[in-house]
Amino acid sequence: MAQRYRLDKGGRIDRDRPVDFTFNGRAYQGYAGDTLGSALLANGVHLVGRSFKYHRPRGIFSAGAEEANALVQVGEGAATLADLKATQVELYEGLSARSVNCYPSLDFDIGEVNSLASKLFPAGFYYKTFMWPQAGWPMYERFIRKAAGLGEAPLEPDPDFYDKRYAHADVLVAGAGPAGLAAALAAARSGARVILADEQHELGGSLLSGRDEVDGKPGSDWAAEAERELRANENVRILPRSVVFGYYDHNWIDILENLSDHLANKPADAPRQRMWKVRANQVVLATGAIERPLVFRDNDRPGIMLASAARSYVNRWAVRPGESAVLFTNNDGAYAAALDMKAAGIKIAAAVDLRAEAEGELTQAARDAGIEVLAGHGIAATEGHKRVRRVKVAPLSADGRSLAGEARTLNCDLVAMSGGWNPTVHLHSQSRGKLRFDAELATFVPDRAVQAERSAGACNGTFGLADVLGEGFAAGEAAAEAAGFSVEKAPRPQAGNGKFLPARWLWLTPSSKPVGHGGKHFVDFQNDVTAADLQLALREGYTSVEHVKRYTTTGMGTDQGKTSNVNALGVVSEFRGVPIEELGVTTFRPPYTPVTFGAWGGRDVGDLFDPIRRTPMHSWHARAGAEFENVGMWKRPWYYPKAGEGMHEAVQRESKAARESLGILDATTLGRIDIQGPDSAEFLNRVYTNGWKTLKPGAIRYGLMLGEDGMVMDDGVTACLGENHYLMHTTSGGAAEVLAHLEEYLQTEWPELQVYLTTVTEQYATAAIAGPNARKLLAELTDDIDVDPDAFPFMSWREGTVAGVWARVMRISFSGDLSFEINVEAHNGLHLWQTLMNAGEKYNITPYGTETMHVLRAEKGFIIVGQETDGTVTPVDLGMEKLCSTKKDFIGKRSLSRPDMQDPNRKQFVGLLPDDPNEVLEEGAQLVETVKSQPPMDMVGHVTSSYMSPNLGRGFALALVKGGLHKHGQKVYAPMPGKTIACTVTSPVFFDPEGERLRA
Amino acid sequence: MKARYSIFSLARNALSSHENWPQAWRSPEPKKEYDVVIVGGGGHGLVTAYYLAKEHGITNVAVIEKGWLGGGNTGRNTTIVRSNYMWDESAALYEHSLKLWENMTKELNFNVMFSQRGVLNLAHTLNEVRITKRRIHANRLNGIDSEWVEPEQVKEWVPIIDLRGNGRYPVLGGSLQRRGGTARHDAVAWGYARAADALGVDIIQQCAVEGFDIEDGRVTGVRTSKGAIKAKKVGVVVAGHAGVLANMAGFKLPINSRPLQALVSEPVKPCVHCVVMAGAVHAYISQSDKGELVIGAGTDAYNSYAQWGSNPVTEDTLAAICELYPLFRRMRMMRQWGGVVDTCPDASPIISTTPVKGLYFNCGWGTGGFKATPGSGHIFADTVANDRPHPIAEPFSLERFKTGFLIDEHAAAGVAH
Repeated sequence: MAQRYRLDKGGRIDRDRPVDFTFNGRAYQGYAGDTLGSALLANGVHLVGRSFKYHRPRGIFSAGAEEANALVQVGEGAATLADLKATQVELYEGLSARSVNCYPSLDFDIGEVNSLASKLFPAGFYYKTFMWPQAGWPMYERFIRKAAGLGEAPLEPDPDFYDKRYAHADVLVAGAGPAGLAAALAAARSGARVILADEQHELGGSLLSGRDEVDGKPGSDWAAEAERELRANENVRILPRSVVFGYYDHNWIDILENLSDHLANKPADAPRQRMWKVRANQVVLATGAIERPLVFRDNDRPGIMLASAARSYVNRWAVRPGESAVLFTNNDGAYAAALDMKAAGIKIAAAVDLRAEAEGELTQAARDAGIEVLAGHGIAATEGHKRVRRVKVAPLSADGRSLAGEARTLNCDLVAMSGGWNPTVHLHSQSRGKLRFDAELATFVPDRAVQAERSAGACNGTFGLADVLGEGFAAGEAAAEAAGFSVEKAPRPQAGNGKFLPARWLWLTPSSKPVGHGGKHFVDFQNDVTAADLQLALREGYTSVEHVKRYTTTGMGTDQGKTSNVNALGVVSEFRGVPIEELGVTTFRPPYTPVTFGAWGGRDVGDLFDPIRRTPMHSWHARAGAEFENVGMWKRPWYYPKAGEGMHEAVQRESKAARESLGILDATTLGRIDIQGPDSAEFLNRVYTNGWKTLKPGAIRYGLMLGEDGMVMDDGVTACLGENHYLMHTTSGGAAEVLAHLEEYLQTEWPELQVYLTTVTEQYATAAIAGPNARKLLAELTDDIDVDPDAFPFMSWREGTVAGVWARVMRISFSGDLSFEINVEAHNGLHLWQTLMNAGEKYNITPYGTETMHVLRAEKGFIIVGQETDGTVTPVDLGMEKLCSTKKDFIGKRSLSRPDMQDPNRKQFVGLLPDDPNEVLEEGAQLVETVKSQPPMDMVGHVTSSYMSPNLGRGFALALVKGGLHKHGQKVYAPMPGKTIACTVTSPVFFDPEGERLRA
Repeated sequence: MKARYSIFSLARNALSSHENWPQAWRSPEPKKEYDVVIVGGGGHGLVTAYYLAKEHGITNVAVIEKGWLGGGNTGRNTTIVRSNYMWDESAALYEHSLKLWENMTKELNFNVMFSQRGVLNLAHTLNEVRITKRRIHANRLNGIDSEWVEPEQVKEWVPIIDLRGNGRYPVLGGSLQRRGGTARHDAVAWGYARAADALGVDIIQQCAVEGFDIEDGRVTGVRTSKGAIKAKKVGVVVAGHAGVLANMAGFKLPINSRPLQALVSEPVKPCVHCVVMAGAVHAYISQSDKGELVIGAGTDAYNSYAQWGSNPVTEDTLAAICELYPLFRRMRMMRQWGGVVDTCPDASPIISTTPVKGLYFNCGWGTGGFKATPGSGHIFADTVANDRPHPIAEPFSLERFKTGFLIDEHAAAGVAH
């Protein structure tokens, strides 16, 4: 019968909106407002999962984020979601869910054999076995891996997208239960900008599950009124379905907002989730508390749940989680659950109370309602495989450590347990706030705050509703005041003030046998950690709480120990005879509940992952069929294959054309830094190895930049644009790093220098024309620049009009040939390029890409920083010692004086000619002087660049070789798989060694 | 010798409900004096003590630990083990270590779950291809297994990867070290602690060093929160705080200390079968035997001793993971944490004598110390025992920062420093 366990009235579900869904392939129906958990219970489905290690049948155990058992896979295909907690999944039409970690089915799970042999699998058993033979571990591991894991990762790319957003708040309130609503009201009334976030879709927190009254009306009505007031205030942002999951330095708060998971028809054009990054002036934590389970023998059977969960299911979702219930408690507060269940028609078989003297307001009310209270009793055993069927209840000895009488059997299908409450101190702890053990509550409560935050309500260890509301208002007022707002103290609402005390703190309920000898006393349900496991860890010397945690894996499941951590500490404390407060706690790490990777990535994926930079001429290159290379963030033409050409053919053609007539290269991507200020020359003098004070306007100079360690970090030419004004060029990939390097020195080491750096990389577009006909072409396109070699010598620049637009032409060369680099304003780049291409047609102007650029510069022996250098190469190693001024200091100079820098056997820059001219060495090939039949071999160097040169008519390479500057003419060998390539060490300059073509 | 661990001892102990297992290690009070005090009860320190006792006959040894053993970077890393480093000096060190890894479980009679599932380093740019090949050739000539894999082979190893990388970071190939893999980090600390303890080493937890006693330039003991302890020699192995302890001893180290982050997802059934590292986008991933995706993030941009990292680093790392593995966007991060890494300017460690006689430092492992654990401890023990650097340790002396003989492993070190 559909929803057989649904109550006829009450609850916050909408009976007019039935919702169909499936679970493990079976069709069910729930109502709008249900969670998957409440809907399953309404249909009488308790068995929903299997435990991690023993595959024991498990049921829904909570009603929220603390769920350890009811993990489900929701949805199929690309949109599937693993390891969701059924208690947090909002029901929607068509939802399909299934259990995880069971095979072939939930009802019949082969893995349950583990349970039969469970004695062989105590905590850490895997450290003690699977060792023979040692080589057998991969086989064991494969088996273990298959058995482990819970749900399944999707197998197709995520169809959804995610958003991120920054926000600022004067007061951020985490949690919209009574304390959070009160804090938000108080802060908002002061005029502060408030963000109120709650993980649930409805505000109200515990008020939605209880039957408490506020100001004489139902608590949920008060919550609704509070929400109305907040919504009417434009300074307030309410974020439902939004969990505050991370608390970082300087009041940086992370929130994950769910936008569409709960919708049957998910909009294609809206993000699935949004991550909020909030900087809050003040934070109020009102995150509530989580009920503790009790640790007793076989306390994990389906049908055993937290008393507060049972109460929530009855009151909030109008579900009877059982027909006949046993309450098992150590405190007075849990009787509220018994009373509410009874009122809903559930038979209360008995209330088993660990307290010898079961007293308290609610306990009395239960007695008055005719509920049998078994004081000083505990549940000594439970029975029932896929659902609890009966419990054995026995009186306890005075110290509570053993049974003191005959057990009595109670039939039931529901056990509602309560071991007290743990304030949700996660965010306080994440913020580095300290914790304090509160002996009265037997749990940790916030102590000193380190950041601008305050806890209010149950998360602060405050439990009476009137006190909670009062504390919420006070926290909101104090937060607003601290944020600079003037506050008028509001009257506090009237409410009852019952706390869950008195209680008796007994961490372990005894059974007929000692712990570990019969049945299992679970502490961590998901990871199947029992009290016996904890004791074993302690016995073996794993006494630190971190060791206990890691050895047993307690608290390391997807619930991150929300219900197990304090119980584990209690069991450890008792076994070791050390008070809990002396044990310490394990660190609370973010996130509070699991957070989608995609939300962390936000829009920074796909095209926006790492923005692509394209030059103004990009469209031309693309039309010309260029293949592109990623250089830094840039797309650079790599080569321009013509029909039928591969890379080799294209590069041979391009290289030849550039040497014989005219080539053209898009050089836009070079980094450009504009340097101005009276100390600019001095600054350049310090950051480059060579001298800069004599450089005149109109002139250009090449510079080598070293790191502090004396190693080459960048190179490029710098033009003197005018008095105290320079334009520095960096490598394409190094621009950002160089700018950061320069700024760091300016700001931290030399604040006295008046120098201003501006990145102008994207302000210009540059076409480099290179080859014997470069001058002729330039002359055709300019009237006002005298291109005569005497008027426009190598390493100078001129300003004028080229192709009808303003241009700064630099006579520099990276190809080794006569070359002009024509810089125009970026928006004129394409025009310039097209004009050059048209006018250059008669010279067979040939566009070439980075590969040909590499060939040409390598023929000339020009280095590329990052290719010939790797952070371990000095100017001396490159044979560029002359560029290191002896007259002045520069960054890296001191390091160059270290003895190893003078070692003649350092790796030095050379050329290589393979004996076989058709051979092209592999870049990265290692070089030896003596070839051995097998490794190891002494390596003397490696190939940094290697090409087939049409101009040289052979393969050639650049390399770093130990002592290479003095080894010209000697042989080295590259032992490759299958063959060894013999080469001769040469000068790295293969083309125009005198530089005649360069200066032509 | 302690009770041996095996399936038989498990079965035997099951009969007595596991109540008769002995302690894995004692928790003694410190003696007044030791031949050697090792400061730092992480993996490297425990291995050092183990080999001092096992190979050098020095059993009057204490390991003192500020917190709980294995609680520093040993218990915070992403457990990647490999030896495919570029320079001869590093290759010798990490390969020495890898060989010890291969026999560790047997040697310790403690299953450290060393899983040689293979480590893939992806190359996403032409420059990375060049550097990767250079490293592979160097590895090959050093006799270390390392091979180039083409994109199609990468896809076979990691079926879920997106080779196209949206055109921005396409997978152009990579290097594969089949002998590389992962291990259970805590088990390494515990296994060595148990083995060292069996050889007589005192492991003293909750014992913070407050200073060194130094007379005439020679160390004579350490002052600790549990009182003064005399020592003929002191070895310091305190990742994350080496600079602090060097200050106590009166000298400085060329070290930056920064938070490094890692995170894990919720556990899922096996879907990543080897370790995949992508330096260009900074996304390292493997899957633990429990099913969690284990993801290594980068270091923070500023120096700090905080054992947690900043938010933007997590964002960058997970964006990169989402980009390379678009189907993981729906996976969820379960826990994130940080550790403090001590990094040298050349991204290589320091294993060295110091200006103080009898005081030795083993530090500066940066982001990659876990893989070196057994080798590092082994040669450090030798260095301490013989008062001179072990031959493998020689290039890693403090002297190199004066001579300039740096071993720059930035290109091979996993995490960008």
